[in-house]
Amino acid sequence: MAEDVVLDVEDLSVSFVSPQGIVPAAREVSFEVRRGETLAMVGESGSGKSVTSLAILRLTPPAPQCRIEGRVRLRAGDRRVHDLLALPEARMRELRGSAAAMVFQEPMTSLNPVHKIGDQIAEAVRFHSALSKRGALDRAAELLDLVGIPDVRRRMSSYPHQLSGGMRQRVMIAIALSCEPVLLIADEPTTALDVTIQAQILELLHDLQQRTQMALLFITHNLGVVAEIADRVIVMYAGRVVEEAAVLPLFKRPLMPYTQGLLRSVPRLDLAGRRCDELAAIPGNVPDPLALPPGCSFAPRCAHRVPELCDGRVPLLEGAGAQHFVRCARWASLAEGAPP
Amino acid sequence: MTSPVGAIDGPPAKPALTSRWDSPALRRFRRHRLAVFGAVTILVLTLACIVGPFLLPFTDTFIDIRQRFAPPLSGAHVLGTDQLGRDMLARLLMAGRISLAVGFAAMAISMVIGVCVGLVAGYYGGAIGAVLMRFVDAMLCFPSIFLLLAVSAFIHPGVETIILLIAFTAWMEVARIVEAQIKALRERDFAVAAEALGASDARVMIRELLPNAIAPIVVAATLNVAHAILAESYISFLGYGIQPPTPSWGNMLDNAQGYLTSAPWLAMLPGAMITLAVTSFNFIGDGLRDALDPRTDAR
Amino acid sequence: MGSFLARRVGQAGVLLLIVSIIGFSILHLAPGGPLSQFAATGDMTQEDLDRVARQMGLDRPLPVQYAEWLWRLLQGDWGVSYRDKQPVLRVIGSHLGATLELMLSSTLLAMMIGCWIGVLGAIRRYSVFDTLATVGAMIALSIPTFWFGLVVIYVFSVGLGWLPAGNRYTIGDGSWSDRLHHLIGPCIVLALVSTAVWSRYMRSSMLDVINQDYIRTARSKGIPERRILFQHAVRNALLPMITIAGLHLPTLLSGALVTETVFTWPGMGRLFLDSIGYRDYPTVMGILMFTAMLVLLGSLLADLLYGVADPRIRTA
Repeated sequence: MAEDVVLDVEDLSVSFVSPQGIVPAAREVSFEVRRGETLAMVGESGSGKSVTSLAILRLTPPAPQCRIEGRVRLRAGDRRVHDLLALPEARMRELRGSAAAMVFQEPMTSLNPVHKIGDQIAEAVRFHSALSKRGALDRAAELLDLVGIPDVRRRMSSYPHQLSGGMRQRVMIAIALSCEPVLLIADEPTTALDVTIQAQILELLHDLQQRTQMALLFITHNLGVVAEIADRVIVMYAGRVVEEAAVLPLFKRPLMPYTQGLLRSVPRLDLAGRRCDELAAIPGNVPDPLALPPGCSFAPRCAHRVPELCDGRVPLLEGAGAQHFVRCARWASLAEGAPP
Repeated sequence: MTSPVGAIDGPPAKPALTSRWDSPALRRFRRHRLAVFGAVTILVLTLACIVGPFLLPFTDTFIDIRQRFAPPLSGAHVLGTDQLGRDMLARLLMAGRISLAVGFAAMAISMVIGVCVGLVAGYYGGAIGAVLMRFVDAMLCFPSIFLLLAVSAFIHPGVETIILLIAFTAWMEVARIVEAQIKALRERDFAVAAEALGASDARVMIRELLPNAIAPIVVAATLNVAHAILAESYISFLGYGIQPPTPSWGNMLDNAQGYLTSAPWLAMLPGAMITLAVTSFNFIGDGLRDALDPRTDAR
Repeated sequence: MGSFLARRVGQAGVLLLIVSIIGFSILHLAPGGPLSQFAATGDMTQEDLDRVARQMGLDRPLPVQYAEWLWRLLQGDWGVSYRDKQPVLRVIGSHLGATLELMLSSTLLAMMIGCWIGVLGAIRRYSVFDTLATVGAMIALSIPTFWFGLVVIYVFSVGLGWLPAGNRYTIGDGSWSDRLHHLIGPCIVLALVSTAVWSRYMRSSMLDVINQDYIRTARSKGIPERRILFQHAVRNALLPMITIAGLHLPTLLSGALVTETVFTWPGMGRLFLDSIGYRDYPTVMGILMFTAMLVLLGSLLADLLYGVADPRIRTA
């Protein structure tokens, strides 16, 4: 694990036990996030991105229901490396909320309705520091100020329902940042918000990251947001990483047909002259996790599928240039534009 | 999609199975072991109460003074005798006829009232609905035993009156359930479509809306039988329900308290029968609730 | 909160009006109406009856009678008990204490045990404990209260001799310990059904809460599981229980009547039964109206308490 790597995920697999069988939600996911870096994880609903993020902090349902395999290492603020999946629960709890914190998608339901905002922030502070109750509350007020909430004194004793969605998400961010984490996982933090508020929250996150140099794992399905905030991107499909690249190369030269499809489905101002039907959704649906195709998971929806190449076995995640990886049996021939 | 459970939403439902006896609802009911136990118990109990008295050597009214207070499992009387030397088993079975009949009949009547009130209130809404539902609320303010006793104390009830009385104190919950269902259903396309086609109000209510609300109604009906059996036993125990010599599980207990020291089986047996029957109906109700609610399949 | 309060009190007022109409109807629906107890004694002639009817104003139109009856009811004039020759309200008042003592103590017991069972059942869902608690609650809801009372008397009074078989205290004694000793049996009996009810509702409320997003947020903050459970989950899960307490009141009153009968507990339920036996019509009607009003008041109180306990309503 290189010195500036904060989070190192290796072959992380998460599966759920259901009456219908074992449902693989994430399969052999590997990636790294470095200090001060923003890694965006992109994919449709059900691609396994949320599950992966929850599994990193071991916030998925407990053991018999849910199985986690692989290795997740976190370099805490004191430079010590922790093997998260092997830690006893008590040690894991100490890291949660202090070294690594999380912001969730639904600001409307993610705060406890019966506790005051100030108390909810102070609670996190209290359990990870030696501060007194008074001190924790002072710190909470500081944090509210930091995330740009006006009239801090009044807001400290407000209840969540008295705040707008954007405000609540700021509070969530304040809670997450309360112990100056080295890693922040943001799971679709702007999806539930209005576009203007979205932009403000993104800016806030970006600002805070610049200031604290924390690593940011940003999960989203919105490619517009990715372009704005990410340094590197991993694309998830049916529980697997299918492409990984720095943000510019990915947008300029996506190699995986799925990524190409995703990009084509985003309206773009610079291509406003294009015909409408070119703004196409990818045909078909995400495959049933209980009946995944034996080969490439995307093959059934792929326009470039060649049965002999794509249906036999799962393609490997191959290197395709500097820091660019792709999981497609045909990426090379497709990139050349030549017939197979 | 943030919730891990949401992320693994199962595959699309498989096409419905053809055989009635293999429907998902029935499968879920059979998997509910307590409900199956309840159903079997009620079946056996009902059969025993209907057929049993014909097979026994004693009738429930046969008085044998020499055999007073014979304990259970001593001689000819399997479950012993009471203070008049009457066979307990025969009396329990005859009492079961009355108690079960009261339970089913009161349920039927209360369901009719409850469904009608709920349908009208839910369908018309507005002032009619408000008045009906406030009436339901007001009725629910009276504790049922107080209401039952107050009325039955002044009219010297027979079995039929008891049934009516219990029904009149037990329809409100059903009305609430039906009203809520109908209110939600009537906004849906099929109801609007039927109305647009000029179907009469009664037709829309009964042919279009009611069948879609049947699941909670069936559950409520089952639980209502349990409630009615309990209610009968309460007022009979207190002496204002079914009057002796007609036996019911409740009034068999009426005199039993005095013999608690000398002949405890007089109190224990009828009480056990009530508990068994009521528990069974409650189990069935619980099983039906799970079986008729497709969401529980995922568990 | 202010508008919520006003609305809720208004609703209760309307409900009280309907409750009084139902009560008045029962009074007049009984064969012979309010005169039935005179007719039943048989030593009054038809002339006497007519005279009494005129005296009582029964020859006037029903709406007028109702208005007068309601007016007297609201003024606290609930008639005079035939049995005690005392105002009905005073008779009820003298029995209310015993009933409240029984209801409050058993509710306290049921809440503590029931909520615990519910919380444990929810966090260990489908465990052996949860299954047993579920089945146990279903059976407890099915046991007739009077029979359970008899069983308790048979086992603990007749068999083991630990508990007195009835009454509120030993004549001539009246000490706290003696009263407490007498309270144990009826309290347990009345608490059985309530415990089952509380445990069922608490379990489902708790299951709702532990799947909420804010519980996951609490976990992500890294605070101990125990604190998540009590500070975050139970705190929220208890809120709907306030409403349940109000809804459960009629059942509790019915149970109290039966329990009081079995344990010869000198409360309102026992008074009600005795009054029926004596055909003490004003007392019977008085208690019926009183219980209905108590239920009404209880659900109003529960709603107001909910409003105070839930910041979403309190600060609205």
